[in-house]
Amino acid sequence: MDTELTRLTAAEIAAAIRGGEVSAAQVTGAHLARIEAVEPRVRAFLHVAADQARAAAAAVDQRRAAGDQLGPLAGVPLALKDVFTTIDMPTTCGSAILDGWCPPYDATITRRLRDAGVVILGKTNMDEFAMGSSTENSAFGPSHNPWDLGRVPGGSSGGSAAAVAAYEAPLGIGTDTGGSIRQPGAVCGVVGVKPTYGGNSRYGVVAFASSLDTPGPLARTVLDAALLHEVMSGHDPCDATSVDAPVPPVVAAARQADVSGMTIGVVPEFTGDGVQAGVLARFTEAVELLESLGAKVTEVSCPHFSYALPAYYLIAPSEASSNLARFDAMRYGLRVGDDGTRSAEEVMALTRARGFGAEVKRRIMLGTYALSSGYYDAYYGKAQQVRTLVIRDFEAAFERVDVLVSPTTPTTAFPLGERVDDPMAMYLADLFTIPSDLAGNAALSVPCGLAPEDGLPVGLQIMAPVLADDRMYRVGAAVEAALDARRGYPLLNDAKGLA
Amino acid sequence: MPIARDDVAHLARLSRLALAEDELDHLAAQLDVIIAAVARVQEVAADGIPPTSHAVPLVNVFREDTLVPCLDAETVLSQAPAVEQQRFRVPRILAEE
Repeated sequence: MDTELTRLTAAEIAAAIRGGEVSAAQVTGAHLARIEAVEPRVRAFLHVAADQARAAAAAVDQRRAAGDQLGPLAGVPLALKDVFTTIDMPTTCGSAILDGWCPPYDATITRRLRDAGVVILGKTNMDEFAMGSSTENSAFGPSHNPWDLGRVPGGSSGGSAAAVAAYEAPLGIGTDTGGSIRQPGAVCGVVGVKPTYGGNSRYGVVAFASSLDTPGPLARTVLDAALLHEVMSGHDPCDATSVDAPVPPVVAAARQADVSGMTIGVVPEFTGDGVQAGVLARFTEAVELLESLGAKVTEVSCPHFSYALPAYYLIAPSEASSNLARFDAMRYGLRVGDDGTRSAEEVMALTRARGFGAEVKRRIMLGTYALSSGYYDAYYGKAQQVRTLVIRDFEAAFERVDVLVSPTTPTTAFPLGERVDDPMAMYLADLFTIPSDLAGNAALSVPCGLAPEDGLPVGLQIMAPVLADDRMYRVGAAVEAALDARRGYPLLNDAKGLA
Repeated sequence: MPIARDDVAHLARLSRLALAEDELDHLAAQLDVIIAAVARVQEVAADGIPPTSHAVPLVNVFREDTLVPCLDAETVLSQAPAVEQQRFRVPRILAEE
């Protein structure tokens, strides 16, 4: 019974709790047992909050007993990326500089989850301050891919993706700045969504690059991702960049799961050199599948997408160098070398040198360089112009097609350690996901099969216009339904890393 | 133009990072490669193209001017590295005479 509970989707769990077939306490207990069984191998969590989770589940059971109307995800367990502040759990962002920090307030999204009766199981591992594509930049060691424990789960939201793929939680939340939800989703064989920028509050999300950071859902089905999307989204007066517009009807779109009459654009710039053969094969099949389901498929060139990666690696580090200046060793977090002989500035520099890992230092230095006088116009200024051109490419494309598609990542999950000391190789993992971060539009990754050469999952990326998030759910759900029907079972059944 | 080791040391000072010598060497080599790669943005013909700092344009965002409780001093100071007389204790910020 308990093992079966961890195999259910979030939609099934919520329905079973509402119908009184199972208690929220039983569901949470089953997931905590699963975590205990597999965590030594997966290492998805930095902190498991068993007591708080049991209390949250008990509260849902009490509300049901009292006859309260339960929300669509009440009693469903969730794995929360350690970048969201939580008043009753530590928040480290995978960094030694915040080791042991207990924030004095909840992020808006944390608060919304609690209000919806979602049970937060704990905080998941991530690349330090969300900078990376493998979780190897975490100060607390990497997480492991449930398909093959010797490989990365992607990043930066790799802990949440691994937890969902390993059946430790049916739902996860990540943040996407350059692909940090979609890329781990793709390489772990789960659904990962970057909603439209501003659709989800950044209040209480420790900042990496403020004009790009976007919280979003991870789940094993497109419908589950949509249910979570609707619970976490919506305008927040505490975030000045939050968009005051209705949440797109993503749950209805996921249930519709029908692409007939839609026009789908393939981006030729993202199907050429550098894409793994098996990734391209599965992508091509998915496009043919969409055509067979009644969509019209056409090619749409986006000439500036090739420059999105270099522009991103100027814009994101520039914003990061500014955002991370707040870690000054004065008000919270680590302080090193305060022995009475050193000045505040010396203590600051010693603390930051000790508390930040290699990738964070690289990005701070790169951002400082790009923003320094004499280089600003040639680097940061130029990157901002490229950002405009990427947005114009999207606008022109969406005049002709409803959504754009590409592989989510150029390759499947790579072996742990392979790219750790080769930053440019690591950065390439986000080649196809970055344009939607620069443009702020919505994008979703849905599993579309396994690469024949390594048996690892491949993601199909579906990109939709700003505030038209529902379109990508419609397409994603159609692909998922057709592939599940063809295979006869969900893709994750083939994951053998924990067998 | 390759980035000189002195430039990297200067960037570290600006970034308030007290890096060890070997870290500076390692970073200088890596930053050189990364900067050469990102410099590709300069190939793009972008004359007259306005810069974008924020993808979803919003102007003059206000919220209701309502009173809400704020955190109390005890809660805020509970996470501080050092506290004295209900204040953050910090190392000296002015040079000695």
